[in-house]
Amino acid sequence: MTVVIGFEGSANKIGVGIIRDGEVLSNPRRTYITPPGQGFLPGETAKHHRSVILTVLQEALDEAGLKSADIDCVAYTKGPGMGAPLVTVAVVARTVAQLWGKPLLGVNHCIGHIEMGRLITNAQNPTVLYVSGGNTQVIAYSERRYRIFGETIDIAVGNCLDRFARVIKISNDPSPGYNIEQMAKKGTKFIELPYTVKGMDVSFSGILSYIEDAAHKMLSTSQCTPEDLCFSLQETLFAMLVEITERAMAHCGSQEVLIVGGVGCNMRLQEMMGVMCKERGARIFATDESFCIDNGAMIAQAGWEMFRSGHVTELLDSWITQRYRTDEVEVTWRD
Amino acid sequence: MAQSNSLKASVPAYLKEAQLIKQGAEARVYRATFLGRPVVIKERFTKLYRHPEVDEKLTRRRTTQEVRSILRCRRAGINAPVVYFVDYTTHCIFLEDIVQSVSVRDHIASGQTPQHLQALVEKIGEVLAQMHDEDVIHGDLTTSNMLLIPGAEHQHIHLVMIDFGLSYISALPEDKGVDLYVLEKAFLSTHPKTETLFERLLKSYSASSKKSPAVIKKLDEVRLRGRKRSMVG
Repeated sequence: MTVVIGFEGSANKIGVGIIRDGEVLSNPRRTYITPPGQGFLPGETAKHHRSVILTVLQEALDEAGLKSADIDCVAYTKGPGMGAPLVTVAVVARTVAQLWGKPLLGVNHCIGHIEMGRLITNAQNPTVLYVSGGNTQVIAYSERRYRIFGETIDIAVGNCLDRFARVIKISNDPSPGYNIEQMAKKGTKFIELPYTVKGMDVSFSGILSYIEDAAHKMLSTSQCTPEDLCFSLQETLFAMLVEITERAMAHCGSQEVLIVGGVGCNMRLQEMMGVMCKERGARIFATDESFCIDNGAMIAQAGWEMFRSGHVTELLDSWITQRYRTDEVEVTWRD
Repeated sequence: MAQSNSLKASVPAYLKEAQLIKQGAEARVYRATFLGRPVVIKERFTKLYRHPEVDEKLTRRRTTQEVRSILRCRRAGINAPVVYFVDYTTHCIFLEDIVQSVSVRDHIASGQTPQHLQALVEKIGEVLAQMHDEDVIHGDLTTSNMLLIPGAEHQHIHLVMIDFGLSYISALPEDKGVDLYVLEKAFLSTHPKTETLFERLLKSYSASSKKSPAVIKKLDEVRLRGRKRSMVG
């Protein structure tokens, strides 16, 4: 029996989760939400995390009904992500590991998403679409690496959505992406937006600058509503994501798709991916918002896999990094 | 509008009589005869997951871009299939059937001598240089999109470029650099442990293209961009 506690705080969500042999015992989380029109900055995000992390840690232990002695390993997000928040969480993880006398494990955030997706959905060997505010990658497992087949060559899709939300001052509560999704349902007019796929990769900075500009012009002349823009943006962005996923599937001969990351909560994206899968006779897997969105249990799950296959992070190596490629990690727990 | 809908819904007669040889993510490829010649018909079918306007505009754009780029390549003496006919209502392109060809991907995978592979990648570098000097950006460079007509002499490797659906015209070194980057990623992930071979391809490209220094510089930048992505928006 192996119990792992995971600490996650690479962006504006701070979560602590506990996993015991594939069972999620607890997974509390808090989100730092900024006023409409504002994004979250590293310093203030770290300050938010500092103010709540010990409370969330206690909640995680209480909900699981465990004491520190019951924990076998302390996992934390080594990267990628925002510097100050990552440091805040790592400091707590290091301290707690030393206090409790438990081994420490630095986990790649992207791999956390993948391993949680695999655990919850039981997908065997899917093509993974990882889409969030900070990352957009199409990943497939091959020979001990999670290889990146396609990715964004500039900003992440969630970042594109979040920044658009700021321009038209959509609320960030519970998240800008969620509110864009609700508004999109009421959109009726389709506005043509730039569509940029380059081989297996995508580019979003062009569509972002275009729609930021269009928002100012078209809304002031009432050519369309904000709902129409939300609708058009989603349809275009998600079509691009489904396209590169399909290309990767065709390349790898894969029959399964797993969507992970915060943007994976979006029902329209899941719907579009489902239609594509149905046409190919493939299966689609997705998780709900407790696991799609950054959470502590996903770090615990990846940590559980790594710990059981012999990984441990020495204190001297327990630094964090803003840039950490998914394919840098040797996936020793799979063959 | 009802008429064009029914046109789209019904399968054109020429497709009913054609032989389906491949179904890709974006298009179906058939073998048929057209005006007495062997042809390949590339049909871009409707993707149901897309909003119909996204689908129609994108499909039409890709069909047009493909044909334009092929013609531009051919005018410059680069090997690409002859375009016989384009049906814009069904998004079908009638192309010359490159008979008895094998994709470079399959050719490499079937095992070749190092000397032959070196000559092959040098030829690829030359052809890409020619293409980029014409300001044609392929947009989807992979070894599956290059055909080899086998049986030719060592010095006369006959290469044909296909699949120009994502192509466009650009003089920017950035776009050419990204084009090479797409090939590099596709090449290295499809054919393991071929880093030195790809280096040779790039050297051949540099030697053959008049505008290569700026392109290679951009390629280096794009490579770094992939490795050191900033996660903050």
